[in-house]
Amino acid sequence: MNVADLETVLPFLLLATGGVALLLVDLAVPQARKSLTGWLAFVVALAAGVSALALVSGKTMKGFAGMVQADAFAYFADVLLCVVAALVILLSLRYHTARGLMRGEFYPLLLLSLSGMSLAVHAADLLVVFLAIELLSIPLYVLSGFARPRLESEEAALKYFLTGAFASGFLVYGVALIYGASGTTALGDLRAALLDNPALTSDALLMAGLALVMVGLLFKIAAVPFHFWAPDVYEGAPTTVTAFMATATKAAAFLALMRVVAGFAALSPSLAQPFEVADALRPMLALIAAITMIVGNVTALAQQNVKRMLAYSSIAHAGYALAGVASGDATAVLFYLAAYAFATLAAFVVLIAVGSTEGNEDHRYEAYAGLGRRAPLLGVIMALAMFSLIGIPPTAGFVGKYFLFRAVVASDLTWLAVIGVLTSALSAAFYLRVLMVLFMREPETAPEAEPAALAADAPRMVAAYVSAAAVLLIGVFPSAVLALLTGGELVALVR
Amino acid sequence: MNDFLPIFVLLVLASGLVSLVLLISVLFGPRRRARNETKLQPYESGMRPIGPAQRRLPVRFYLIAVLFILFDIEVVFFFPWAVALRELGWAGLLSMLIFIGILEAGHFWLWRRGALEWEKMDK
Amino acid sequence: MTLLIVSPILFPLLGMLINALFGQRMRERVVGWVASFAVIAAFAASVVLFVQLSQSHGEPLRLTLAPWITAGALNVAWGFLVDPLSAVMMLIVTGVGALIHIYSIGYMHGDPRFARYFVYLNLFVAAMLVLVMADNFLVLFVGWELVGLCSYLLIGFWFQDVKNAAAGRKAFVVNRIGDVGFVLGMLLIFATFGTLDFETVFAQVKVRGESLAAVASLITLLLFIGATGKSAQIPLFVWLPDAMAGPTPVSALIHAATMVTAGVYMMSRAHVLFELAPTTQALIALVGAITALVAGSSALRQVDIKKVLAYSTVSQLGFMVAAAGLGAYVAALFHLLTHAFFKALLFLGAGSVIHAMHAAHGDVDPQDMRAMGGLAKRMPFTFLTFVIGGLALAGLPPLAGFFSKDEVLLAAFADNPLVFVLLGITAAFTALYVGRQIVLVFLGEPRSANAAHAHESPAIMTMPLAVLALLTLAGGAINLPGGGWLHHWLEPVLHEAAKPLNVGLALVFTLIALGALALAWVWYRDAQRARLEVESALGRFLLSAWHIDAVYHATVLRAFYTLSTICSQLIDIGLIDAAVNAVGRSARAAADQLRAAQSGFVRNYGLLMFLGVIVLVVYFVVVR
Repeated sequence: MNVADLETVLPFLLLATGGVALLLVDLAVPQARKSLTGWLAFVVALAAGVSALALVSGKTMKGFAGMVQADAFAYFADVLLCVVAALVILLSLRYHTARGLMRGEFYPLLLLSLSGMSLAVHAADLLVVFLAIELLSIPLYVLSGFARPRLESEEAALKYFLTGAFASGFLVYGVALIYGASGTTALGDLRAALLDNPALTSDALLMAGLALVMVGLLFKIAAVPFHFWAPDVYEGAPTTVTAFMATATKAAAFLALMRVVAGFAALSPSLAQPFEVADALRPMLALIAAITMIVGNVTALAQQNVKRMLAYSSIAHAGYALAGVASGDATAVLFYLAAYAFATLAAFVVLIAVGSTEGNEDHRYEAYAGLGRRAPLLGVIMALAMFSLIGIPPTAGFVGKYFLFRAVVASDLTWLAVIGVLTSALSAAFYLRVLMVLFMREPETAPEAEPAALAADAPRMVAAYVSAAAVLLIGVFPSAVLALLTGGELVALVR
Repeated sequence: MNDFLPIFVLLVLASGLVSLVLLISVLFGPRRRARNETKLQPYESGMRPIGPAQRRLPVRFYLIAVLFILFDIEVVFFFPWAVALRELGWAGLLSMLIFIGILEAGHFWLWRRGALEWEKMDK
Repeated sequence: MTLLIVSPILFPLLGMLINALFGQRMRERVVGWVASFAVIAAFAASVVLFVQLSQSHGEPLRLTLAPWITAGALNVAWGFLVDPLSAVMMLIVTGVGALIHIYSIGYMHGDPRFARYFVYLNLFVAAMLVLVMADNFLVLFVGWELVGLCSYLLIGFWFQDVKNAAAGRKAFVVNRIGDVGFVLGMLLIFATFGTLDFETVFAQVKVRGESLAAVASLITLLLFIGATGKSAQIPLFVWLPDAMAGPTPVSALIHAATMVTAGVYMMSRAHVLFELAPTTQALIALVGAITALVAGSSALRQVDIKKVLAYSTVSQLGFMVAAAGLGAYVAALFHLLTHAFFKALLFLGAGSVIHAMHAAHGDVDPQDMRAMGGLAKRMPFTFLTFVIGGLALAGLPPLAGFFSKDEVLLAAFADNPLVFVLLGITAAFTALYVGRQIVLVFLGEPRSANAAHAHESPAIMTMPLAVLALLTLAGGAINLPGGGWLHHWLEPVLHEAAKPLNVGLALVFTLIALGALALAWVWYRDAQRARLEVESALGRFLLSAWHIDAVYHATVLRAFYTLSTICSQLIDIGLIDAAVNAVGRSARAAADQLRAAQSGFVRNYGLLMFLGVIVLVVYFVVVR
C-alpha cells in the first residue's frame, strides 16, 4: 500500500471517511439543528466530486494490488454520483423536516452508500465488486425504511433487504465458482487467463459462476426478471431515497456490470475494439434489455401513481442502458445514465416539493391536477424532465438515446434499437399523461398548499435549477460531457 | 494424522473450558433447596423455551444479538492479522488501526445513541 | 455606417417593441405617435441613405449583419443592400407608411386594441423593408413571409366578425400557394447557381447567358407564381378584394401602396433572370393584361366604396406586371410609385368617407356607395383630394398617373399588340369606374341619413390626404417622358433605354379618359342606374368578378374538400387512428397482465427471480 494506491480511490476514501466522521459529529448536533449534518454531508459529497473531477485524465491506473482501477469512466461516474447525491441532500433538508424524518443518521448513511457506489465503479476485482455492492446496499436497506413507522416504508426496507440478500448470495456464490474455475478473482487476470487457455472458455463451472454474478448485478440495476423489488421499494421508500436509488445506484451498478462483462470479453475469439462484449454474452444481454424495455414501459402505462410510474420508468431505462451494454459502448451507456439521472432527479424534485408541502404524501395522478398552473416553475421542470425521459430534443434524453441507439445499431443489433425506439414512443403515453394532468386538469379538491409554499425552499429550488439546467445543457452541449468521458485516450474497462 | 492434531487440541481445550465453567458455577454459585419450575427450566438466555413458535418478542433481544454478532465477526479479522503481524509490518499495523478505528467509531456511536442501554432503548 | 444601413428596419422594430411591451399602459396618442415617429425616423434614415447613394453615383451600399445558415454548400447571411432600386422602394414604403401611420391615429381612435394595431403596422413596415433591402433571395423571402403574416393579422384585425377572420385566412392561404412557387424557384436557383446571393446569381447569369435559357424559364415561371400571390394576379388575385375587411388605412398601406408591389419589385430585382426567358415574359405580360381587364371590368359594378378601389388596385397591378413582362421595368416601377401615391390617397379618402358615414347616426352600410351622394358639400377637403386621386387614376394629364400609365401603354404599343389592346380597354374602364365612384359618392343629393349628416374628418386624417394629393399632383415630374430622373436613377440597376413621348398615343388616351368620365356623369347622375345595373346578368357577373371565386369553389376547393374528407375520415380516423388506438389498447391490456405479476409478496418475487437464475445459468452453461 502506498500513496499512489490511495489516489486511485480518493473519492471513495473521502466519502467513507466523511461518512464515518459525520456519524460521530452528528452525535453532537442537537435535534433541532439536524440540517447542519445535511450541510456537512453536502460539503463532503461535493469535495469528493471535485476530487474526482480534478483526477480525470486519460490514464488508467491500478491500485491496491490490482483490486481497484481508476480511469475516465470511473471518475466520470464519481462526478455524476457525487453531484446526484449532493442534489439529493439539498432536496432532503426541507422534505425530512416536513415529513418528520429529520434524523441525523440519514446523511452519514447516504455518504456511506455513496462510498460503496464510488468503490463499485472503481472495482477491478470480483471481490471488490461484491464488497462495494454490499457497502452500497446495506445503508440503502436502512434508508428505505427511514420513514419508520410508516408501514409502506418498513415494508419496502424488508422487501429490499430480503430480495437483496437473496441476490447477494448468488453474487458471492458466482464469485466463488469463478475463482474455483480460473483461480483468480481479478478481472484483468481473468481476461488474460481466458485468452491464454481457450479450454477455460467452455468450462461449465466458470460459466455458471458468470451467470450468478450477472444475476447479482442485474438485480441491482433492476433488469427483468430481477426487477420485482423495484416498484414496491421505490414507492414505499422516502421520496428522497427513491430519487437516490433510481439515479445513483443504477449508474454505479451499471459500471460494475460493464467491468464484469468486459472481463469476460475474451470468451469469444472475435474480439473487436472498442466493443468489450463477448459474442457469447451479447444475445442474452440483448434479450434481457429488450424484455426489460418492454416490461418496464408497458407496465408503467398501467400505473395510477406518479411515483410508481417513475419506478417502472427506471426499470425501462435500465433496459435502454442494458441495450447499450449489449452493444459494448461504455461511453454511450454512461452518457445515457447521466442524462437519465438528471431528468429523473428533476422529476423527483416535483414529487419532493409536493411531499414537503401538501398535507399527506399523495402521488396519485389526480393529486397532481392543476399543479402546473399553481406552481408554473415546478410544471416547467416536470415538463423538461418528461421530455428528456421520452427523448425529445433539445433535452439530454434525446442525445442520450441518440448515442445509445447509434451504438446498438453499429453492433448489428438493429432489432434491439427498433424495440428501443418503439417502446420510447410508447413511453410518451405515460410521461405526457403527467403533463396533461399537471396543466390541463382542474384539481378535485381545493389544494392545501399555497403556490408560494411549493417554491419556497431555497435549497430545493437550487437542486431544481441545477437538474433542469443539466437536462438542457447536456442536451445542447453533449460534447462537453463526452470530453469528460473519453478523456483523450480510448480507455479499456479492464486492463 | 499430524494435520488433525491442532483440531484435537482445540477439542480438548474447548471441552475442558466448558467443564471448567460448569464446575466453577457449581462451586461458587448460589445454591437453593427449593425446586420450583423456573429453576428446573433449561437456561435459554431469558427466553421462554416452550410455547407457540410465533411469539412477539422484544426487539431489544435481537438488537443485542445483532450487535454481538457484528462485533464478534469483525474481531475474527484480528486473527489472520495477528498471525502475520511481523510480515505485514507498519503498513499492516496502520491498516489494522484504521480498521479498529472504524469499528470503535461504530461502537462509540451505539453507545452514545443509547443502543447498549437496556432500559432506555425504546426511545 | 453599419447601423445606418439597417436603421430603417430597426426603428419600426423598436417602435413595435415599445408598443408591444408598454402599449397597454400608454395613452392612445402616445402609442400612435411612438409608432408614427418610428416610421418617420425610418423615412429620415432612408433619405440619408438615398442622399449618400446619389453622392456615390449609385454605388450600392452593402451590409452583412451576421451569418445565418451555413449548411454544406448553402451559405446565407443576413445581408442587406441599398442600391437605387431598393432606395426608391424604401422611400415609398417609409414615406407612404409614415403618412398612413399618422392617418391611423385618427382613424383607429377609440379602438380597444389600438396598441396592437400599431404593433402590427410597425412590424409590417419593418418586414417590407427587409424585403426590399435583402441582398439575397432567402432574406427577401423572410420579408416576403413576414409581410404576408402582417397582412393576415391586419385583415383579420376585427376578428370578432367571422367574415373578417375568414378574409384574413383567405389572404394567407392564397399567398401561401404563391409562396410554394417562390420557394421552389428559390430552390432551383440554389441548385443551378449554388448560391442565393443576388450579386453572384446575376453575375453568373451574365457569364453563362443562353446556356441557362431552359432552366431560367422554369425558375422565372416559379418566381412569377410567387408574384401572382403577392401582387394579386390571375389566378391568385381573389384574396385582395376580400382583404378590404381590414381597417381602411391597412388597405391603403398594404393592399395598395406596398405589400402588393412586392411581386413587381421582385421581378425587377431579378430582371436579369427574366430577360433570359422570353416565353415566361410573354406569359407574364399576358397575365398582367388579362388581370387588368378582368379586375378593371369588375370594378365597374361594385357598390362597396372600397371594393371599387380593391379591384382597381388589382387592375393597376396588372398594368405593372404587364410592364414588367414587356421588359419595361422602369415603367413598372414608375407606375408602382405613382400608384402608391394616388391609390393611398384614394383609400385614405375612402376611409375618410367611411369614417364620416360611420360617425353619423344611421342604419345603412357605411361603405355602400348607393347610400351616399352629395358628400362634396359636406366633406369638401376629402372631395377635393379624392378627385385629384381619381383623375390621376383615370390618367389625366398632368397628374402622376398620366405619365406612368402612358409609359406602360407605350411599351405595350411597341412590343405586343394584344397586350396593348387589353390595357387600352382597361384604361377606358378605369376612367369609367373612377367617374362612377366620384359621381355616386360625392355628387347629387344624399341618399341616406348617414350621408346627410356626414362631417369632414379631423385634421390628423386630412393632413396626410393633403400631402398625398400634392405628391399625386407633382409625382409625374420625377420621370417626365423621354428619359426623366427616375430613368437615370435606376440606370445602374436596370440598364434600360428611355422611350420618347408618343404625343398621339397620349392624346388618344386622354380623350378616351375624358369621354369615359363624361359618360359616367351622364349615366350615374341619377343613382337609380347604379341600383338597377347590379341586378342584371352582366351586373352580377361583374360584381362577382367574373364568378372566379365560385369557379374556384366548384373545382379546386371541392376537389380538395373531397380529398381531405377521404384523408380525414377514411385514412386518418379509419386507418391511422384505428391502428394507433388498437396499439394503445393492446399495450394497456398487456400492462394489466404484467401488473398481475407484481403481487407484492416477496415469496413470489423470490420464486420469479429464481426462475430467472435458472434460465440464465442454463443459457450460459448449456446453450452457449
